[in-house]
Amino acid sequence: MTYEKMPDLSLAQTGEKGRKKPLPVWVIYLLPSLLIFALFTIYPFLKTVVTSFFATSTTGEMTKFVGLQNYIDLFTNANYLQSLGTTFLYTLLTVPLTVILSLLLAVLSAQDRPGMGVFRTIFSSTMGISVAAGSVFWNLLFHPTAGLLNQVVQWMGGKPIGWLTDTHYAIFAISAVSIWMNLGFSYLVLMGGLKNIDDSHYESVEIVGGGFFYRLRKVTIPLISPSLFFVFTTSLINAFQSFGLIDMLTSGGPNNTTNLMVYKLYQDAFVNFRFGSASAQGIILFLLILLISQLQTKLTERLVTYQ
Amino acid sequence: MSRKLSTGVTYGVLMIAAAVMCFPVLFSLALSFSDLNDILKGDYIPSSLNFANYINAFQTQPLLHYMLNSAIVGVLSTALQILFALLAAYAIVFIEFRAKKIIFLVMMATMMIPGEVLVITNFQTMRSWDFLNTYQGLILPGLASTFGIFLFRQNMMQIPLELKEASTVAGVSEFGFFWKIVAPMVMNTVVTLAIYFFLVSWNSYMWPLLSTTEDTVRTVQIGLRQLKNTEAVSDYGMMAAGAMVTSLPTLLLIFFGQKRLQEGMTKGAIK
Repeated sequence: MTYEKMPDLSLAQTGEKGRKKPLPVWVIYLLPSLLIFALFTIYPFLKTVVTSFFATSTTGEMTKFVGLQNYIDLFTNANYLQSLGTTFLYTLLTVPLTVILSLLLAVLSAQDRPGMGVFRTIFSSTMGISVAAGSVFWNLLFHPTAGLLNQVVQWMGGKPIGWLTDTHYAIFAISAVSIWMNLGFSYLVLMGGLKNIDDSHYESVEIVGGGFFYRLRKVTIPLISPSLFFVFTTSLINAFQSFGLIDMLTSGGPNNTTNLMVYKLYQDAFVNFRFGSASAQGIILFLLILLISQLQTKLTERLVTYQ
Repeated sequence: MSRKLSTGVTYGVLMIAAAVMCFPVLFSLALSFSDLNDILKGDYIPSSLNFANYINAFQTQPLLHYMLNSAIVGVLSTALQILFALLAAYAIVFIEFRAKKIIFLVMMATMMIPGEVLVITNFQTMRSWDFLNTYQGLILPGLASTFGIFLFRQNMMQIPLELKEASTVAGVSEFGFFWKIVAPMVMNTVVTLAIYFFLVSWNSYMWPLLSTTEDTVRTVQIGLRQLKNTEAVSDYGMMAAGAMVTSLPTLLLIFFGQKRLQEGMTKGAIK
């Protein structure tokens, strides 16, 4: 496919130089990306916006314009509000810890000391583990009888815990898996940021004689603030988009306590065939993510120090 | 003295963290070589290397078939994403045209739209084109990468424009300049993105789940989901073996591509 395209493009080029003017050259170069964007990003986005104002049939056709009714229904629906609340709780449980832990690990393993290569590989490794495989690993740890966690609990004299089936524990269990899964990516980005810091910055602190936390606060964090903001925002957006973990481990249960926004959207669209409501949920998700990115841009302008 | 102490603390913290990070994988690795009866008794450490679970996973599940599907989808989508992003970035950097700014802005704006918002319509589109359960159905929606276009653009902007004038004078065609001069100069980014795109494709979950309903083109992640939800539900050793095998390609990619990814991510982070 690519091979056949090559002579085509150069023909268009000579064509432009010569008599005929077919398509402008830039169109030819941009066409593949523009087509994909138009068909699979812009069109579905606009269609989702429109659908969110309509009642829909079970096959997804829009049947009747209902204005904001889908949105009103959502914000008066206890299930949806719970799902929103759960998503915020999950975000609060996962994002700060992921960023702090990955920053700590990155700072500790950034210096070129013996053995650091091994640590770096281990800490970034979860980036290579899919959400499905990661869920399987943790599902085995969480297993009520055969799982290691409950074996330890019992060995210490406690009663076995339904990590994924008890309403008190499930959201925490899911959050732990999420932190573990996302640490690799955050760590990798922060490590990249740290590697870009010039050693001279530390030398000046060395003279003043500051300790570890002084260095972290006064030198490291300000200097890697672009990476730090990037990691923070990406983690935040990822948390709002979590789906695979829930689908693999809890299916939103027990009693909807892990029913995150995107999982609810998926169920409403593909299990209950309520496309109007699902579209409205999609738009709410989009608006939330837009808000986060805008906040990030504003904060970045104000706080971030570029070297 | 205090320096020695802080070195000790550093290594201590790192070792504990590494143990915790590795633990879920190591636990599954141990289970994957264990006998089911030992697992149920809580005896996790296998006495000998027992490959029965791996053989079982491959024999009772179409695991190899799923992996092949993931490999085909991964290679095709990685290659096309890179080609399309290269072409687009080239046009944006090296060709003058009026709509350039707007097109670039619109492309960057699409980054704000989460994929989860698009899946409903994309599913309906694929269904109406009869593309569900096909490779093209799996691959098509993800072929335009804003991130890729952005990285290539950053990279290409460092190439002096005079180079293009010089090659035009020397009689090199537009496409010749793109393919023979610009593309080789951004090879580093090509490699970084190839690792990243393949990783993302191999590990992707939601779209393959929606766009495949039968085994023919089903990818490995959805295969794992099947494995978990069906008969294998109580065969922990086999589950562990399946998850281990399917993680191997991407883990290897991370081990060897970690440095490159790190550099690429940093470029993406600091805009």
